[in-house]
Amino acid sequence: MIVVTLPMHLRDLARVTGPVTLDVPEPVTRQAILDALEAAYPMLRGTIRDASTRERRAFIRFFACGEDLSHEPADSALPVEVTAGKEPFRIIGAMAGG
Amino acid sequence: MSEVRVLVGTRKGAFILRSDEQRKDWTVDGPHFPGWEIYHITGTPADPNRLYVSQSGGWFGQVIQRSDDAGKTWEAVSNDFSYDGVPGTHQWYDGTQHPWEFKRVWHLEPSPADPDSVYAGVEDAALFHSADGGRSWRELSGLRDVQGDQWQPGAGGMCLHTIVISPDDPKRIFVAISAAGAFRTDDGGATWMPINKGLRSNMELPDADADVGHCVHSIALHPSRPGTLYMQKHWDVMRTDNAGDLWHEVSGNLPSDFGFPIAVHAHEPETIYVVPITSDSHHFPPEGKLRVYRSRSGGNSWEALTNGLPQDNCYVNVLRNAFAVDTLPSCGVYFGTTGGQVYASADSGDSWAPIVRDLPPVLSVEVQVLP
Repeated sequence: MIVVTLPMHLRDLARVTGPVTLDVPEPVTRQAILDALEAAYPMLRGTIRDASTRERRAFIRFFACGEDLSHEPADSALPVEVTAGKEPFRIIGAMAGG
Repeated sequence: MSEVRVLVGTRKGAFILRSDEQRKDWTVDGPHFPGWEIYHITGTPADPNRLYVSQSGGWFGQVIQRSDDAGKTWEAVSNDFSYDGVPGTHQWYDGTQHPWEFKRVWHLEPSPADPDSVYAGVEDAALFHSADGGRSWRELSGLRDVQGDQWQPGAGGMCLHTIVISPDDPKRIFVAISAAGAFRTDDGGATWMPINKGLRSNMELPDADADVGHCVHSIALHPSRPGTLYMQKHWDVMRTDNAGDLWHEVSGNLPSDFGFPIAVHAHEPETIYVVPITSDSHHFPPEGKLRVYRSRSGGNSWEALTNGLPQDNCYVNVLRNAFAVDTLPSCGVYFGTTGGQVYASADSGDSWAPIVRDLPPVLSVEVQVLP
């Protein structure tokens, strides 16, 4: 199972209080995780990636294992710690203030 | 005894203010959706417990919420506002054409008869309709056929901010778009026409009488006079008595004819309200005095309503969706400010008192009266 953490506003929207676990088919990529996340929590559609282009929204970041994976291709392989469910795939609301 | 509900959208959440028909003692419920911009929260006349909310933000985009129990619980419904077909392009600041891009929902207008039927006005300007209570949306794309390639965003964005369904014919709908103008359909949204004759934009447009391009800020009508509409334009307060075929100016003795909201009294179709602000760059009241202006003659002759409103050092604004009237016998009038105050008058504007003073900047105000 893949562990995904969400920012506070998206936890509220999804009505969860902590990390969510997802059964994601192989190969486990960012796109596969987001597809599984949106299938389990349809209210999150359009909030992480654009509903029509499916591109990452500008102020969303994806972190895992201490790395910023936001600019990696959506179909890239993720770190083995994430695919093994040992480390979370972190969805972050980026610093966007003043 | 009737209950009055004031639905308030702010930059950081939604609030529901409740009172009885005396409208003196209020409870404040909220914030709902804290931290999100609530461009609009509104109820449906056909089922007052059905509320719709436009919830948006820079991080996570657009969410549409719906409640079937007057805000006790909420359900996120569809936020898929995909333009019909190839979206096409509109005029951009540098003179090039720019693709239509959805940004947010500015206004939700439920049908008076069917709680599942609701229209959404969005930025970049377009009109959508849902027939299933917000679970899916379909663009009425004929609107953008009306010289849409010539529309250009103004400072506030290219937003469709006002939707008025004619009370005598649900197939007749009026909409207003910033820096594009007012438009009307008589066939339920399949085809549209510009209704901007008589508007003059001397400083803003090379052709002051252009078919499109006028910056309409809001429009309103009284249910008993479906052909009479009032408009607050960028500059000028306007009136039409033939459903927009021709407008004439009724700014009269206003201290400034720039402003955002306009509203009509619930029982007096010739009584209208505006909140003048100083200018297009000075978005605050003239002389630092917060004054609602009322005309009892459908325009031209205006009186300042000041009793209970700050008359010194007041530099707030009242945005286009942040003014509303109730339907009680002594018509209540309400507005919210960019300073976070929500003011109410239970006597058609003769006297005012704040319901709440320190909310985030107010984006929208709607009122419901429940038996």
